Formats: sequence, structure tokens, C-alpha cells
Amino acid sequence: MPETSSYAKAVGAALRLLLTEDPRVFLAGEDIGIYGGAFGITDGLVQEFGEDRVRDTPISEEVIVGLGVGAAITGLRPVVEVQFFDFIVNAMDPLVNQAAKLHFMYGGHVDVPMVVRAAGGGGTGAAQHSQSLEAWFAHVPGLKVVLPATPQDAHDLLLASVLDPNPVVFVEHKLLYKTEGPFESRARIADTPARIGEAKVVRHGTDLTIAAYSIMTVKALEAAKRLADAGIDAEVVDLRTVRPLDIETVRGSVRKTGRLLVGHEAPTAVGVGAEVVAGVVESDALDYLLAPVRRVCGRDNPMPYAKELERATIPQVDDIERSAKELMNA
Amino acid sequence: MSMARMDPTDAAQAADVLKGMWSIRIFEEAVEELFSRGLLHGTMHLTIGQEAVAVGVCDALDEGDFITSTHRGHGHALAHGADPERMLAELLMKDTGYCRGRGGSMHIADVDSGNLGANGIVAGSMTIATGAALSQRLQETGKVVACFFGDGAANEGAFHEALNLASIWSLPVVFACENNQYGMSMAQEKSTAGGSVANRASAYGMPGVQVDGNDVVAVFEHSKEAVERARSGEGPSLLEFVTYRYRGHSKSDRNLYRTQQEIDEWRTTKDPLMLYEQRLRSLAWLGDGDIAAVQAAARERIRAAVAAAYKAPPALVDDLEGATYA
Repeated sequence: MPETSSYAKAVGAALRLLLTEDPRVFLAGEDIGIYGGAFGITDGLVQEFGEDRVRDTPISEEVIVGLGVGAAITGLRPVVEVQFFDFIVNAMDPLVNQAAKLHFMYGGHVDVPMVVRAAGGGGTGAAQHSQSLEAWFAHVPGLKVVLPATPQDAHDLLLASVLDPNPVVFVEHKLLYKTEGPFESRARIADTPARIGEAKVVRHGTDLTIAAYSIMTVKALEAAKRLADAGIDAEVVDLRTVRPLDIETVRGSVRKTGRLLVGHEAPTAVGVGAEVVAGVVESDALDYLLAPVRRVCGRDNPMPYAKELERATIPQVDDIERSAKELMNA
Repeated sequence: MSMARMDPTDAAQAADVLKGMWSIRIFEEAVEELFSRGLLHGTMHLTIGQEAVAVGVCDALDEGDFITSTHRGHGHALAHGADPERMLAELLMKDTGYCRGRGGSMHIADVDSGNLGANGIVAGSMTIATGAALSQRLQETGKVVACFFGDGAANEGAFHEALNLASIWSLPVVFACENNQYGMSMAQEKSTAGGSVANRASAYGMPGVQVDGNDVVAVFEHSKEAVERARSGEGPSLLEFVTYRYRGHSKSDRNLYRTQQEIDEWRTTKDPLMLYEQRLRSLAWLGDGDIAAVQAAARERIRAAVAAAYKAPPALVDDLEGATYA
């Protein structure tokens, strides 16, 4: 019987292993100390590792991320937290103008091995605490953007993110924190099997490809179950990293199934989904398409407060199922 | 050859200090000439008139201490020991430049020697300096970070977040404001509430002092005190060095916001090189011949650097994409 863990506990276990094994790692963020983090992820870490390595900061996102840059280029491996993904707007300069560019613009003479953790996605009830901003960062050369869907991936990819010599934006979905899944902890950081930039076929199928990430992977798997009952065999690709994007795995899947549906919670326009579609149609995978491609992504409006309005803004399992069926009949 | 870490109050080192300031002045004049001949790309921000701040602050640092710099950063880099040949190679778009032609004037860095880089974003380096200072604390290196920024940066959010955090955590950083009176064209008295930048120190629980930034001895002595305070674990300081730039903000500047009379007054009565030379003469540490020899040596140093950089191979397109990620 394999062990299981919640997504939240899997992230916390990764942080514990990082702090235990690598003296260069420290955490900094709002309320991550005695409060345990707004989502309880860092619960107990300050008692275990002390205030030097689990650093409660003032509400100052720009300096939280900026101090990560300064620490990273002088020998440390900071894991800094922006409590809600939305608040990263206050830290755009250190992330986009500094962290992303220093390696390149200093002629390759410096690395910026830092991780910025943030809780993204819907579920918090309104426009400034529920955004999915990953496409912004995926557009910036120099950044890597990781969005795990399962407890195991959250754990393994966080370890891989700290091992990476580049700045990584690591987005956890707040509605996934309580989800449970099979889980194996790693004895050492280097034992992580995860590699940033590798998508994974999480369900094999022959009729259509659903490419998704973060919570949409979970919804896509649920939709695939229902589709199977209707006689449709969907393949689900979890992108896991949206920059760099493992488009080869998606192309390979499309060559097999002949149909592509892309899903994410972020707004449709100018999103990661458009990039996935472009990456497929600009390759020979285009020749295998039996139907037009589909995007089942967020509506192009800010996240509303009312529960039903939020539900309508974010793609649901029903939407994926319906869209997949339409695609099969197209 | 490092020009940094000399004491302008020491007779034996006075000529080297003066040479450090002249090297910056002559470097900048050379850059200006190369630009006018169309050999450089984009724009640049000259620091002529502000040499005493760079030299005075950097000479108060120890070997291995760090600096962060601004878009007007040539002087800081040279004062912290940068090689003028590699700097000029960068400006001339050569592969041998500090950033292999990818950074240019505004991004010269040499992290190994403690220069964490010039920065094209006003106040952009202030949070980085704070993080580098935290890093020194956590690694127990005993090193200090000097954070150069301009008067314009004092009105950015990063200034306030950085000062607050550095103070509550008692980090080993010296915030060195180079107040050259104008944030591009905006006069400091019009842009900055509270009378001065230094006044803001009290709000963040650290010492703040306004210093004559054209007096290299005053810059050095106040910096030394702040560096020692930082190194001994007492936390950050805010130093505001009042100085003046003779040239425009950048090459596009038509100087419509100030008068020629104002510029001439600073040049003729408060020039930092002239003030230090007067001091050295009055102390009888250096005579006219010694000073002329210092100037000639600085000129030769920069001339040789220009000649060597000019001959270096150009920046390469080949590995541009592969250079984005480590």
C-alpha cells in the first residue's frame, strides 16, 4: 500500500528536506513563521530551523523577491514566498528586470538560483486573490515557470526547482492544497526524479489529447473518466512546466490521437494554450489533426466574487467533457 | 589593478586616491569621445563631477566587500577595482567585455570581485543589495555591501522596502545616495518631500547624514564609519552625498532645466578633483609636478585600455539563445 499525502503536506515536506540538507537554502515570506503561512505550508518549520532560515518578512513583496535575487547571486539558494500569486505584481521589477536577466546581461558570469513560490488560481472569492498569471512569466526569457498538479509532482518539482541554477516561478494551486494523492518522500534532494521542462502523459488514450496543467490536469482526468464511459478514449498530458514548454510530448500525443484540446484556468486570450496550439500546428503534427484544435480556458473577465460566477469563469469538468465530445464529432 | 581601498587621509596613499579620481574623469571623457565618433551604441550616463563619491565610498570598503551600482555606474565600477580595458571592451561591443557585449554601459558587473552590477532600473539594486547583505549575515562572511543609488531612487518603493527590511534585520549594508541634484530633469527639491534624503533615515531607525559629496575625505570618513557600523552588526546607515553632474542625464539631454551659470559654478568652485588637489598642495603632500604626473599616469592607463579594447574581437551572435539560461 503506497503512502498518500496532501498537496500541501508534500510541499511542506520538500521545504523541510531542502532546509535539512542544503545549508544554502533559506525561506522568506509573509507570515511563514509562527503563523505557518497563509495556507499552513510552512507550519512548524520555524520551530525546527529557527528564524534565520525561516524568515518572517514585513508585507513588502518587492524586497522579498529582491532579497532573493541578492542572496542567490552571492551563494545562497533562497526560496521566497509571495503569499497570493496576485501580489507578485508588486514584485515585477526584481523578478522580470533583475532575476530573469542577470545571467544573460552579466555575460553568463552569474547564476540566479532562486525559487519564488506563490499560491495561484481561483477559489478565494474575487479578483485580486484568485488570478492565474503564469502566462506573464512564461513570456519572459530567463524565467522558468512550474505548476504542479499532484502532491508527488509538487514535492519532486519543488526539489528540482531549487536544484535549477535559474530563477523559477513555482505556482501552487490553492484549491489543490487539500487534495490527497499517492506520495513517496525523497531521502535526498538529488533523488528527485522530476526534471523541469518535462511534460508527462498522465493518462494514455487514442481518441484525443487533452493538454493541461495544475488543477486543470485534475479536471481533465475526471473528464477523461466520464468520456471513457461514453466510449471516448482521451489521452491527458500534464504540461507541469509552461516555460520551458515540452511541446514535443504534446506533438507526439497529437500524432497518435489526431485531436487536441488545451485547458487552463487562466484567461484564454494570449495564454499558454495559444502557445501550445501554435507549437503543434507549426510542426508536422498538424498533418495528423482530424479536427480543429480547441481551447477550454478561462473566460476573459476578471475573477468575480459570487461562487456561481467564479464557476462560470473557470473551465469545469463538464466544459471539458462537452468540448471533447464536440471535438470528436467535428 | 585595483584602485580601491586607499585612504585619502594618508599622505603615502594620496597620489593613488587622486589617480583613482582622475582615472574616472578621463575614462568618462574617453567614453564621451568614442560616443561622439559613433563607436558606441545606445546611450550612456556620464558621472563627470561625481568622482569623489565613488572613490570615497569604495576606499572605505575592504577587499571582497560588495557594491551595487546604478545606471550611472562607470565610476563605481572603476573605484571598486574594475579593469578599464574590460569595461571599454563592453562599451565597444566586444566579446572580451565584462558582459560579452550583452550588458553594455548599464550592466557592468564582476560578481567575483564584489561588483554585483550596475542597474538600468532606478532603485532596482536596492533590494538586491539588501539580499546580498542578508547573504553575508547568513554565511557569516563578515563582508559589507555598499549600495549606490541616486536621489531619484529615494522616491521609489524599493528604497522604502529595502531600508525598512535592512533596519529591522540589522543587515550589513551602507545605503550611499549620490545626490547629484536632478532625477533626470526633476530637481531634487521639487521631487523629494522632507527636505533631504538623509532625513528619511530616522523613519527607518538608522543614522542618516548629509555629506559634501565633492570632498573625497568627507565621503571616505563618513563611509568608513558606516562600514564599520555595518560590519560590527549594528545595521545599516543612510549617507546622502551632495554632488553634481556636469553633463546631461544622458546623451539626449539638452539641459533645459538648469542654467549654464549653475553648471559653471560647480565646475569652477566645487570640483572634487580640484578640491582634493588643493588639499594635497596645502598639506604639502603633493606638489604641482606630482599632480601633473598623477594626471599623466591616469591618462596613460585609460589610453592603453582604449587601444587594447578597440582591437579586441567583437561580441558573438552564435550562442545568444543558449546564453539566456544557466
